[in-house]
Amino acid sequence: MHDVIGTAANFINLDTITVLYLFGVGFVGGLVSGFIGSGGAFVLTPGMMSLGVPGLVAVASNMCHKFPKALVGAIKRAKYGQVDVKLGIVLGISAEAGVLYGAHIQENIKKAFGDAGSNLYVSVAFVVILALVGGFVLRDAYKTYKSGNVLEEEKAGKLARWVQSINIPGTMVYFKSLNARISVLFTVPLGFATGMLAATIAVGGFIGVPSMIYVMGAPSLMASATELVIAFVMGLGGSFKYAMSGLVDIRLALIILAGSLFGIQLGAIGTTYVKPYMIKVVMGLIMVIVLFSRGLMIPVYLSQLGLIQKLGDGTAGLLKTTSFGIMIAALLLGAIIVLRAMMQGRREEKLRLSEGALEHGKI
Amino acid sequence: MAHSSTKKKPVGKMLFMGVVSMALYAALLSNQDMVNGTFGRGGLYAFLPITLAFVFSFVHGQFTGHFWTVMGIEAAKKKKEVK
Repeated sequence: MHDVIGTAANFINLDTITVLYLFGVGFVGGLVSGFIGSGGAFVLTPGMMSLGVPGLVAVASNMCHKFPKALVGAIKRAKYGQVDVKLGIVLGISAEAGVLYGAHIQENIKKAFGDAGSNLYVSVAFVVILALVGGFVLRDAYKTYKSGNVLEEEKAGKLARWVQSINIPGTMVYFKSLNARISVLFTVPLGFATGMLAATIAVGGFIGVPSMIYVMGAPSLMASATELVIAFVMGLGGSFKYAMSGLVDIRLALIILAGSLFGIQLGAIGTTYVKPYMIKVVMGLIMVIVLFSRGLMIPVYLSQLGLIQKLGDGTAGLLKTTSFGIMIAALLLGAIIVLRAMMQGRREEKLRLSEGALEHGKI
Repeated sequence: MAHSSTKKKPVGKMLFMGVVSMALYAALLSNQDMVNGTFGRGGLYAFLPITLAFVFSFVHGQFTGHFWTVMGIEAAKKKKEVK
């Protein structure tokens, strides 16, 4: 209880610029989340820390804005028939366990190797996972684009068809997004990995969405919408855990929420205008760009741990600033692609409607 | 004529929820010391920030939803339903 009172005293003072900054980042993060089901957190947490918010308070406050945002986004996308609530809850519960285990690993690494060791672990996890998964997602989106089949309904890939073909009695559950029964022995580890990633790099969706698409066989739109249910379940449990320790700065969470609810509604609307492979384009691009951002920080942490020659303050500062700049650029690029794709979709719809009206007039 | 232009826009609902949302945010920002002191206590006080997050998400979520509708930004109408 002692550090709880200490934490409350650590909550920062808010001025107009800070409020506007949090609102703006919240809006862009919300826009991307509404579209791909996750994102924004990787900028929000370091963004809050750059304002002087202690690391754990930043993580806790980010999580406390995430679950109500995900709830609003999930409800909106459920109206478009894109959410598989059952799959979201099943994955969300195992993700919650993953979050707790991931946080436990983080604590142990921090105890053993200090802040630099913990940061190095996070950055290496970012680079390895984003390189593998992000590269795969982007390659798949490119292949779809090159094939010219962007309008075709997505089909489950080889791996997903195999997973759906495995019958383990007593563990099979039907999911409407897959239009198939799969064993929970597949969903549990995938949810767990999503939660572990959320506890490590704050964006569980970078594992959750691709695993729903490629391992289970869900269409991109349903996977990204269902991720919002997972984010809600995970975020609610995580926020409560942090709030029990007095780490949630509810002012920060609610100001970010003010911007992100504008964004998430817009991002969700955007999904109804775009071709499904655009979800993969935005997600893959963000993942690969963020990978470079985190990769730049690895020499800084290696130097702090004494594993490589010590970097000068100027070099370390430059790497940190560039890394943060690249992360913001990744989020902004994602937002620009979403807005452009949405505007193009709206133009096409208007054209279609006016052509339809003309045809109707002729008859 | 397109269907969207004939549908009544929820201006009244947007204004009402907007006012409530602004009042909630004004109350939050003008009582920061009390909020920090009470909501950061931990333990069972954890229910306070969680409940507040739900309240704000409902009110502000309704407002932002109506806001985009009033601005004429709505979901695509003739999109094939995803199965």
